[in-house]
Amino acid sequence: MRVALLVTCVNDAMFPDVGKATVRLLRRLGVDVEFPAAQTCCGQPMVNTGYLDEAVPAVRRFVEAFEGYDAVVTPSGSCAGSARHQQGLVAARAGDDALASAVERTSPLVHELSEFLVDVLGVTDVGAYFPHTVTYHPTCHSLRMLGVGDKPRRLLESVRGLRLRELPAAAECCGFGGTFAVKNADTSVAMGSDKARHVRDTGAEVLVAGDSSCLMHIGGLLSRQRAGVRTMHLAEVLAATEDRAEALR
Amino acid sequence: MSRTFVGMPAFPEAARAALGDTRLRHNLAHATGTIRAKRARVVEEVDGWEDLRVAGAAVKDRALHGLDEHLLTLERTLTEAGATVHWARDAAEACAVVARVAKDHDAREVVKVKSMATQEIGLEEALAAEGVAAWETDLAELIVQLGEDLPSHILVPAIHKGRAEIREIFLRRMAAAGRPAPDDLTDEPAVLAAAAREHLREKFLRARVAVSGANFAVAETGTLVVVESEGNGRMCLTLPEVLVSVVGIEKVVPTWAELDPLLRLLPRSSTGERMNPYTSSWSGVTPGDGPQEVHVVLLDNGRTRALADEVGRQALRCIRCSACLNVCPVYERVGGHAYGSVYPGPIGAILNPLLHGPGDPRDDALPYASSLCGACFEVCPVRIDIPEVLVHLRTQVVDAHRDDPVPKPEALAMRGTGWAFGDASRLGLAEKASGLAGRVLGRLGRSALPGGRRAAGRLPGPGAAWTGARDLPAPPAESFRDWWARTDGGRTEEDRLEEGRAGEGPAVRGRTEADDEPGGAR
Repeated sequence: MRVALLVTCVNDAMFPDVGKATVRLLRRLGVDVEFPAAQTCCGQPMVNTGYLDEAVPAVRRFVEAFEGYDAVVTPSGSCAGSARHQQGLVAARAGDDALASAVERTSPLVHELSEFLVDVLGVTDVGAYFPHTVTYHPTCHSLRMLGVGDKPRRLLESVRGLRLRELPAAAECCGFGGTFAVKNADTSVAMGSDKARHVRDTGAEVLVAGDSSCLMHIGGLLSRQRAGVRTMHLAEVLAATEDRAEALR
Repeated sequence: MSRTFVGMPAFPEAARAALGDTRLRHNLAHATGTIRAKRARVVEEVDGWEDLRVAGAAVKDRALHGLDEHLLTLERTLTEAGATVHWARDAAEACAVVARVAKDHDAREVVKVKSMATQEIGLEEALAAEGVAAWETDLAELIVQLGEDLPSHILVPAIHKGRAEIREIFLRRMAAAGRPAPDDLTDEPAVLAAAAREHLREKFLRARVAVSGANFAVAETGTLVVVESEGNGRMCLTLPEVLVSVVGIEKVVPTWAELDPLLRLLPRSSTGERMNPYTSSWSGVTPGDGPQEVHVVLLDNGRTRALADEVGRQALRCIRCSACLNVCPVYERVGGHAYGSVYPGPIGAILNPLLHGPGDPRDDALPYASSLCGACFEVCPVRIDIPEVLVHLRTQVVDAHRDDPVPKPEALAMRGTGWAFGDASRLGLAEKASGLAGRVLGRLGRSALPGGRRAAGRLPGPGAAWTGARDLPAPPAESFRDWWARTDGGRTEEDRLEEGRAGEGPAVRGRTEADDEPGGAR
């Protein structure tokens, strides 16, 4: 099986450690993941702001980069959702039948990380070791667009040493919402403050989620509050082992 | 507060002001939390809720697909049943019909059943201009009316008010509108309701003309249906001699049998009850029983415009239950007034632009008043994919500005981003520039994030919208793609790590984004 990593533009440019952790985790599980260097972005930032024409080049690069693979794995529920549910819109807008059929071929191959691990590889115990108290925020697009259900939770529960605390009002949006975070910054921050409060109430040391962008928002609030809680991507927690615990140094 | 949404600022600014209203936020968090929990309980207990949603959506879709024919059928059945049917293209035409009927009967006042359509057309103000007082008889609408306030929720228009405020409104304002509140009025809900009942009773008994909307209009039988909780609607629909109902054309249901899923979906989704206390239905005039003169105003007011929108037309399935408001994290924090319409929340964010079309800055801001979290779609009893419509409407807003002589900064930024994403080498260059900027920002920012990574500090310009309240990591020195190219996907790095371990020397870490930072990795 040829597996490609969709690292996502946010991880590529801002959180490369999340991409590295995903690679390390997948190799440990015997997947020789490839990184198609032609990839750029799924197109979501433009689509969700209403700029469909501007998303066309990104979607073209996307299908070119990932065509021919058996599976595409990505450490982002949001980008997986965009690839599976929005790229068709962009192709239709471009009026390009070849692009539309390419999207139809590639988009079903895209799996969010927890889906790939549980559904494709069939594992919940990935052999991770992470002796910390964590809480988990199920990001909106993982939860409601992809319907990943309890897969991330099952993965976390199998991590040795990890103590999982229940996050109150977990299913409620953190307020990131892409450009919503700056176009409606006040409302976004109000939502995020409540999320940060719930996170703090758990007493967890680490907030875990499957989307770096949501973590950047909640983590940015927690950090500004000097809350003493850090954020980590699910991939980073699952990549941690006794030998390689440096993710949380 | 003035009794009009006209002249209010667009959503981001209105929301900013609302967010500072602590009482509003406390009341809303409590009220929406309570209704949410009730709804969840009664939906949970229904086997096949999803099938019911699908059935409800299918009924509304059938009605909308053949709307022209169903409306003509409705006109015929209503007329045969003794009602007079009026067609209204817009708010002004609809208001004029109601005013004419009131005047024909020399009525100086009418009693009103709670109705979104009459709120939408500004009926109360239009009648007042003609010297006709329109009294709201729904408890929450009465509170809003007496308080010279605006509704902030579709189902619970006074959701933003606490009981102490309601007591004060009753004490100060009831006397001018009719029977005054008793001097010993407390803020106990039962006491407040009793005062409203006394106040309203004399209006019910005196009024000769009533105005209502309708939840459903059955084409097959010429029957209008009103679903309510308090019984005030039943009073208005049965006591006065004349009844005028203003009904949006999308309220048509083809057959009586098709009411079934809708009447089961609505109460559980709206008030969180298994069944609503009062369901009234009437077909025209029944001699010797109830109003002897019945008018029905079929209202377009933008609905055919919405129907013509292939993606947006699903919004016309809406049965005004408010479940989307109650689960919306944005609505819960800013309240209804910030949306600048009688239709607030997620449904308002799509319905207003669909009814009006792009162009008004306030309507254009509404599709962006959402984080696209999808909670609204999850609870919608008729499966309106609100996030899908929001994104669709954002596209319309952007497209309406494509020929602007001076593009907005956002449009330029999106063009630039789209261009960079059009080629990996362009993106790689942008990332290298960002890495350099990150070094500068990290040095300037001076503070470190948990885990040791440098923060970018406070950004100027549009970046301030982020860093005003949130830390931001400085961009890393090396992007993922550069790391992959440099280390052969991390393979050379792992080799060095292994060598280091074998020699029991200090592990040689690969170069990471945090290498030049104290404290290690992210």
